[in-house]
Amino acid sequence: MNVNNSRVLVKLKKNILDPQGSAIKKELDSLGYEGIKDVRMGKIFDVTFEEGIAPTKKEEILKEISDRLLSNPVTEDYIVE
Amino acid sequence: MKFGVVRFPGSNCELDCYETLTRVFGKNAVHLWHKEHDLQGADCIFLPGGFSYGDYLRAGAMASLSPIITEVVSFAKKGGLVIGICNGFQILTECGLLPGALIRNENLRFICKPQRLKVLNAGTSFTNKYQKDQVIDVPIAHGEGNYIIEDEKLEGLFEKEQVVFQYCDSDGNTNASTCPNGSMRSIAGIINKNGNVLGMMPHPERVCDSLIGGEDGRPFFESIIHSLS
Repeated sequence: MNVNNSRVLVKLKKNILDPQGSAIKKELDSLGYEGIKDVRMGKIFDVTFEEGIAPTKKEEILKEISDRLLSNPVTEDYIVE
Repeated sequence: MKFGVVRFPGSNCELDCYETLTRVFGKNAVHLWHKEHDLQGADCIFLPGGFSYGDYLRAGAMASLSPIITEVVSFAKKGGLVIGICNGFQILTECGLLPGALIRNENLRFICKPQRLKVLNAGTSFTNKYQKDQVIDVPIAHGEGNYIIEDEKLEGLFEKEQVVFQYCDSDGNTNASTCPNGSMRSIAGIINKNGNVLGMMPHPERVCDSLIGGEDGRPFFESIIHSLS
């Protein structure tokens, strides 16, 4: 991955029901795919930085935007890649 | 007494609120644009229903960081009355004025129908003209009204009487089968601990004139007017 590109994965917390994931799981069942136990849906944010931003600054920004806007701390967890 | 009705790109119930306040109740009201920082001296703020910023990211997420909402948050922290209806409720949870969150309806459908509600707390600034446990008819229209909150905080909401409205049937029963959207414990509307911020998914502004289908929303507005008088 390019050094200026980062990815934030946001997914529903484990204990939160995911109606969309459940619907997708049911659809996969009806398409005949066997062996799938569960499907959970999340979001991907690909963030591209301008040239020359220090890695620690990028980390700081990614954490702040993930907490403040990209995820809802009540329902979602996130991972910065 | 002056009311402020916030308008975001994508709001679609702001005129219902405005017309109810001005024409049905004869009160002074102004629209407040999302980019403004001035509440124009309003004594009470309405965040109306709709799809602010197209519901991008999460319903209410973008709106919760808009200039006008920063003013609404400081107004609320000083004790000002704030009401969020439908999308307004989603905005209030996203900006942290109310606990919990609203996620996709359990059945994944947008639900638009008349709905019975139980008034669980009739002692608030927003419900003092109702009776406790009164069953009222107020329509709902939402795709993301499924209220959730951390398990450890759920009981606290009930103990502190922060649950104001619950979905129910005509006899006032509240259970999974009478809850349209999957909300925990059939929660339809809550207030903050200080009792000055209320969020609800149903639309009381749509039932304030029998000509358009009902009057069960009138006591809601009468309560607020009474509180501000």
